[in-house]
Formats: sequence, structure tokens, C-alpha cells
Amino acid sequence: MNDTFDLTKFIFGRLTLESIPYHEPIILATFAGVVLGGLALMAALTYFKVWGTLWHDWLTSIDHKKIGIMYVVLGLVMLMRGFTDALMMRLQQATAFNGSEGFLPPHHYDQLFTVHGVIMIFFVAMPLITGLMNFVVPLQIGARDVAFPFLNNFSFWMTASGAILVMMSLFIGEFGQTGWLAYPPLSGIGASPSVGVDYYIWALQLAGVGTLLSGINLLVTIIKMRAPGMSMMKMPIFIWTALCTNVLIVASFPVLTAVLGLLAMDRYVGTAFFSNDFGGNAMMYVNLIWIWGHPEVYILVLPVFGVFSEVVATFSGKRIFGYTSMVYATLVITILSYLVWLHHFFTMGSGASVNSFFGITTMIISIPTGAKIFNWLFTMYRGRIRFDVPMLWSIGFMITFTIGGMTGVLLAVPPADFVLHNSLFLVAHFHNVIIGAVVFGVFAGINYWFPKAFGYKLDAFWGKVSFWFWFVGFYFAFMPLYVLGLMGVTRRMSRFDDPSLQIWFIIAGFGAALIAVGILAMFVQFVVSYRNRESLRDLTGDPWDGRTLEWSTSSPPPAYNFAFTPVVHDRDAWSDMKKRGYQRPTEGFIPIHMPKNTWAGVVIAGLATALGFALIWHMWAIAVLMFAAVIATIIIHTFNFKRDYHIPADVVVRTEAVRTRQLARLAFN
Amino acid sequence: MLTIKKPFTWLRLLLIPVVALLSGCNWVVMNPSGDIAMQQRNLILTSVGLMLLIVVPVIVLTLLYAWRYRKADSNRQADYQPDWDHSTQLELVIWAAPLLIIIALGAITWINTHTLDPYRPLDRIDATRPVPAGAKPLVVEVVALDWKWLFIYPEQGIALVNEMAAPIDRPIQFKITSSAIMNSFFIPALAGQIYAMPGMETKLSAVINKPGEFDGFSANYSGHGFNGMRFKFHGLATADFDKWVATNKASDKKLTRADYLELEKPSEREPVQRFASVDPSLFDAVVNRCVEANKMCMKEMMAVDARGGMGKPGTYNLASSTSATASMSDPGKKYVAAICSVRDLATDYPVVN
Repeated sequence: MNDTFDLTKFIFGRLTLESIPYHEPIILATFAGVVLGGLALMAALTYFKVWGTLWHDWLTSIDHKKIGIMYVVLGLVMLMRGFTDALMMRLQQATAFNGSEGFLPPHHYDQLFTVHGVIMIFFVAMPLITGLMNFVVPLQIGARDVAFPFLNNFSFWMTASGAILVMMSLFIGEFGQTGWLAYPPLSGIGASPSVGVDYYIWALQLAGVGTLLSGINLLVTIIKMRAPGMSMMKMPIFIWTALCTNVLIVASFPVLTAVLGLLAMDRYVGTAFFSNDFGGNAMMYVNLIWIWGHPEVYILVLPVFGVFSEVVATFSGKRIFGYTSMVYATLVITILSYLVWLHHFFTMGSGASVNSFFGITTMIISIPTGAKIFNWLFTMYRGRIRFDVPMLWSIGFMITFTIGGMTGVLLAVPPADFVLHNSLFLVAHFHNVIIGAVVFGVFAGINYWFPKAFGYKLDAFWGKVSFWFWFVGFYFAFMPLYVLGLMGVTRRMSRFDDPSLQIWFIIAGFGAALIAVGILAMFVQFVVSYRNRESLRDLTGDPWDGRTLEWSTSSPPPAYNFAFTPVVHDRDAWSDMKKRGYQRPTEGFIPIHMPKNTWAGVVIAGLATALGFALIWHMWAIAVLMFAAVIATIIIHTFNFKRDYHIPADVVVRTEAVRTRQLARLAFN
Repeated sequence: MLTIKKPFTWLRLLLIPVVALLSGCNWVVMNPSGDIAMQQRNLILTSVGLMLLIVVPVIVLTLLYAWRYRKADSNRQADYQPDWDHSTQLELVIWAAPLLIIIALGAITWINTHTLDPYRPLDRIDATRPVPAGAKPLVVEVVALDWKWLFIYPEQGIALVNEMAAPIDRPIQFKITSSAIMNSFFIPALAGQIYAMPGMETKLSAVINKPGEFDGFSANYSGHGFNGMRFKFHGLATADFDKWVATNKASDKKLTRADYLELEKPSEREPVQRFASVDPSLFDAVVNRCVEANKMCMKEMMAVDARGGMGKPGTYNLASSTSATASMSDPGKKYVAAICSVRDLATDYPVVN
């Protein structure tokens, strides 16, 4: 508006045709694939006339079970993206030797490792564990939904918004080339002037809103909505771990929001929080991001510890060993997770006493973690272990995670960290714990609770194929990285000069290919199970001889979960009920008060995505408009008074009668 | 303090076969040539040995229990106690065993973190030889530039890009900073890494015990040219080192502040450059971000601020920066020009209490 008013710039900001990377064949082919796939999906949805179902039963649903399933679907879809990035990196590092540039230029490769980390943590691991918690927590505590059902739907869509922005960066503009934590000064406006870091900031800010709100929601749900009789020390271990995880989310995600907010201010309005000059200090960013980042590790791992506790107890046919020590171990980990962040930068010159302090606090975490491993071990001891797929993942976890824990404690010894920090040893370590615990745990959880969600078990053969390829593939993919780390090879390299390293990268690439088969087998497992759903059908609602309340209702549970709120007398409430000859009530049903679906979550999140996109591309006019629209929609939604309804008693009677007949037929057979 | 370490050295013996295997390979972290890196390797082996005491039983027991208590027709006689869920003795053991390991490891950590503190001057050349009394360390000033390394030898008055050398068995004192982006200075054969950060100075003490050519590089990703940010580090016998210095002295290039401003502009895979002389105040100016003559140094600014700042007069003396590091961090901003010193301030604006 200085000399001439540029309308194009006013509307499109810095977005031009050149922003679309059509000159990069890999991206172009991917784009074509995504467009064709998207069109095919839309055509299929239209052909089968399921748009209405999709909108009414899923997108606008506030049912915690459906939201949980949508989170898991989001996580699995993003897993394919994140894993494709991983395969490309493995291929690049296995081939870029002897003067070869490999098939990826640094500009592309640097985006790959950045986006791989961001996607795997924020849009794979987080949605998967949030999905499991969302699905399981209300069922396991005998509640009909979460405390704030609308907020739950909104949280999911904000997480999806972030994922959408990250996906858009692939085709419009570029993603950051900074590494997944975007340390300044590299992520500052001077060294990274393009939209990459802005995509990073706004994708995480949007998803962060979702994560924080979902954390508050589950926290309140666990504290306020447990079935009568379920005192804190009678909660299933999964509920304890979910509680602690959500405490961590509520306490740490605001730090991430703040630090990304400060970075955004540095980039957008010229403040100097993290700049080299004008009194800024980049180490402040490093401290703040790890004060969020370390608890984040436990946010991911605690719920899967809960999953393993449920799975190991169920498939060993035993009460969990050392319940009380399990609970205290979880609490100790929760508290200690805030006292270790500096171990991520021992090498920044903090001094020996500070480094020792943080090294030792880190090691102390391994004590409760070790106690947990022993507790699972002694749960198996004198049990009757069934090797169904969830149990295979659990045993795979106990072995793999123990090794990952050991290398973790090694990295916590500061002088050892000085030679291993930033090396491929470190990369191997955190994949060892994140894959070994979080990924294995989520797959254990999916196989364990799938029959509860869909009414039929997953196919065991393909489940085992998936497990073995993942398990063996993991060792092939990451043990060579430990070796390379000991050979002094640093991370994030796009090409190598020393030919003797190549063989290790080829082995790692082979491992990644095995994992690819494992992932493929999982999708085959879904398809095969769906096709054989009649023979895999679970009519009992309790296919594994479960121990907790979710197995007391039908599979899938009715919308209201429990016709009558169960009363809890013992830790393994459902085991206890079975033992005492619990009789399912078959009469006396009353109308059930339930929350109503709403469009508001999808719409607000959609507008927020547009706001994020406008901010990234400096489309100020659209950004102002979208911000106003978000606020307006929130206000309009507050005038929506039709938020709840009653499921009439006769509907409940009918639903329960079907189940009564099913159970009777089973008993007769 | 060293006596406390002794009880655990036997753990290293357990791993000797492994180490023997590794020394044949090119595993530099396991087979380094400098005493600091060697101590770090020994610490890795001790820690791993200590942890294996608990890790191996856990893995073995997991597999053993999984097999022994499997549900199978052939295994009906196995003990099954579905309600057995507590044993005070066992719980004591499962908390105490990791605790004891961590107490031992924690003690080792505390001691070694202090003895191997990169800021601490060396007291030994290797396991058998202490540093001779009165020996002066070789000072090397390291600047991480985009995307190359600058090494300044104040004692010899020389500077190099992407190559460095040190005489064997003489302690080296590194002073490390960066021009614009965070890097990490790492020569695995010599010693652990330490970050190179703009506006900050980090330190590293090390010594090289064997002659040879070793790899050095940035271990922290710093952008587009990070991949090529590598150099060779030469461990040389004293006579060879003197010869190496003389070769550098024979170069016709000098490194003035103006040359530095040219050099710091981003470039990739730079060949080795040798400078026969170097501005002695250059490193200090880089750390304080005032290589340009018209920019106030950070330490002066901090001294001014410590006296309460200058108030309004301070905002009149602005200059534009031409430095590449300025555009890498804060494009287009004005800097306070170096127009006054703390002494001027003291006379013009005396502290009033």
C-alpha cells in the first residue's frame, strides 16, 4: 500500500504459483497419487451413499468411542506418511556414498527428517495414545462419556487441523529444515525466511489446542466420573497412567504453546527473544522446548505402560503383581519427568555440577521404570500365559524396551553423552524406546480393544505376521545405528564420504523394509478381519476373559455404554463381578441422558486451519477474516441450547433385550 | 576420589572381548586416540557392564517365564496362582536392585562428570603421565561459520579454515563460538563434543596421544551446508607441528576483521585456507558480536546496561550492519553503534544513589 495497491499480494500474501513445487518429480508424483486417491475415496463415498452417515455418525459425533476410533485412524494414516519419509531417508543414506548425492538434495532431505519427527510424535504417537485413552477411559471407569463431550470432538478436529497443515506443506510451499524442535537461531527469520518454520509453528499450535483441551477433558473425566466404589486405589492401572499423562499434558503443553508463541513473535513482529543480537538468547528456547519436550516423552509412554499392565494381567490370567508399587512408580515418573530436561543439552556447557544433577535425576527415573518391568515379569510368574497378539507385543516390548532403557541411562551419564550426543546412537536409542514401547504398546492396545470397538476380533495370523516383521525389522533397522553411533557418525547427514559405513546403512535399510512389511501386514489384517468378521464375531463382549469394566458391556458397546452404572467392589472390577456370579440386569431400564452431536467442532477447526494457512502465507486480510469467523462461530455455538437428549427407556429395553438373547444363545450353545 | 572408581573397573574386564573385537574395526568412539575420549570410552564400558547386571536377568527371565507359564495342554502341571499379586520381600528386591545399581552409577557419574568436565584444565596426559608442572596448554580458538570451521592459534598467530593440528601429549584448550547458527564441535578421536553458539563462548580441554589424521565435524545440524562442515584434525609430533606452523606462516594471506566479514558469508565445502597472521582481537570480537567497527560489543552493552543503561541518548546512535551474521539472524535491523565506552558513560551519567 506504499505506492500501488497490489490486490494479489493483499489476498494471497507471499503465496505465488512458484510456491508449488511442481519442478520436483517426487513431490509431483505424490501429489498426483494423493489427488487420485482422494478422488477415488470421494467417488466411493458418493457411490455407496455414505456421506450422510459419515457426517452424522462420525464427523459431528461426540461419542467418545467414535472420537477415539477417529484419533486412531488419523494416527494410522499419518503413520503411513511418516514412515514413507523414514523409508526415503533410509534409502538416501544407504545410497549417498562414493561421491553420489543420493536421490534427495539437502533441501529436500532436511525437510524429510524434520517432518518425520514432527509427524511421528505429534500426529502419529499423540493421536494413537489419545485415541486409546478416549476409547477406553470412560468404559473402564464405568462412565457413559467423557466430562466435556463437545470439547472432545473439538479437540480431535484441532489435532486433525494440525495434521492437515503439515500435509499441505508437502504440496504448497515447503516444511521447515530445522530438525523437529526448530532450534533458533536456525529457525529464526534470518536463517529460515521461508514458510517452512511457519508451517511448523502453526501446525503445532493448532494441534496443541486440541491436545491441551483433550488433556483437561480426560483429567476431569477420571477425577469426577468414576463408577461408584472405584476409589483411586481401585482404578485400573491404565486409568492411573492416563491420569498421570493428562496431568503432564495440562502442565507441559502450555509451555510449548508459549515457546512457539515467542518464536512466532520473533519471526512475525521482530521481537528478539531468541535472536543472536538485541539481548536475545537461543538457549532460552532450548530450555523451554525441553521443559515441554521431556515430559512429552512420558506423555507418550505412560499410557502404553498402562496398556501393557492390562494386557499382561489379562493374558496371564492373573491379578497385576504389585498394584501399589505400580501406582507409585507411575507417580514418581510423573514428578521426575519435570526434573530431567537438561539432559538433552549436557553439551551446551552447563558445568559439571548441573550436568551431574540432571544426569542422576534421569537415572533415578529408571528405578520406578525398572520396578514396572519387574511387576509385569512377576505378573507372568505363576500365570497361565496365552500368546494372543496383544501379549506378543507385550513380551516384544519388555525385551526391546529394556535395551532402550539401558542405552538411555548410558546417555544420561554426561561424559558418555559428550561422545554419543547427536550421533546415530542417540537416534537408535530414542527409536528403541519409542518404537519398543509406544508403537508396540499402541499395537497391543489396538489388537486388545479392537473387538470391543467393532464387535469382532482381529485376525490372529496376520497380527502375528505384523508383529514378527516389526520385531525383527526393528532390530535390523536400529542395531546398525547403534554401531554407527559408536563409529562417530552424526545424525541428519544426507551423504557420506567414508565407504566403510555403507554396509551398516544397507542393513538398516533392510530392517526398514521388514518394518514396511509389518505395517502392510497390519492393514492386510484389518481387511482380512473385516471380511471374516462373522467367524471372528465376539458376542460375549468379553473375548479375552478380561478383568476390567469395559468387558462387562457388549461389543461394540451401545451408545450409552452401560444401561446401569456399575458398582465397583474390587480392583479388577469385572473379574470380581464374574467371580461373584454377577447377574446382568434385564429390566427396570430408565431413559438415559446423553449429549447430542454438533457441527461446531468440525467448523471451528476448519476455520482455524484456514487461519493457520493465512498466517503462514502472510495473507493478512484472510487471517483477520478467519480469526473473526472462529470467534463468531464459537459465540454462535454458545447459543446452541439443544445439546442433549434422552435415549428413551424403550430403546434401552430393546437394545438390552438383543444382548440378553445373544448371551442366552451363547450359554445354550 | 579415584579409589572409589576402582571397585567397578572389573566390570570393564567383562567387556574386554567386545572391545578387542571393536579395535579391529573403525569404531572411533570405542577406540579413540586422545586421553579424554579414552576415559569417556572406559566410562561407557563401565556403565554398560553395570547395567547389564540387571538387564540380562530381566530379558532372560522374561523369556523364561513366558515359556514356563505358557498355557498349553503339555504344560498343565505348571504352577498357577491367579490371585497371587503381592510379596513384600519380592517388591523390596525389585525396588532395591535397580536402586543399588543407580547408586553405584550415580556415584560414578558424579565423579566422572567432574573429572571429565570439558571446562576443567587437564591434570594428566594419559593414564600414566600427569601434566608436567608449568606446562602451558595450546590455545585454539574455534569459530563455527556457515558452513565451515575457523581455527585461530593466538600463540602462533596463525589461522586456518577447515584444518587443524595439535602436537601430541600437549594439553589443548579450545575456546569455541559460532558466527550465526548453533553447531557442535566434535572430534570423536580426541574428546567429546561441545556446542558452538553465537554470542557465547564454550570451552573444551583435551589432549591427543597418538599421531594421525582424524575426522572433525559439526555434530549439530545447522542448515543447508551442514553436511560438508567437516575438517581434518592432525595429531603431530612436536617437530612436525612446528613444521606445520611454519607452512602456515609461509602463506601470503592475512585474516583481518574485514577479511573475516567476507569469510563468514555462507559457503559450502570450503577447501582448506591458511592465514599467516590474524587480528589478535578477532575471536573476542566474534564472541561479542562486534567484528564490524561500527557495532557496540555485547560486553560493553552489558556493562552499560549493568549501570542502568543510557536512556534516550542511547537510541540515537544507530548503524546498519553489513555483516552476514546479521542477515542470518536479524535482517534489516539497526544496531547500537559503538560510540561510547563504559568509562564515557561513567563520566556522562554518574550513578546517582
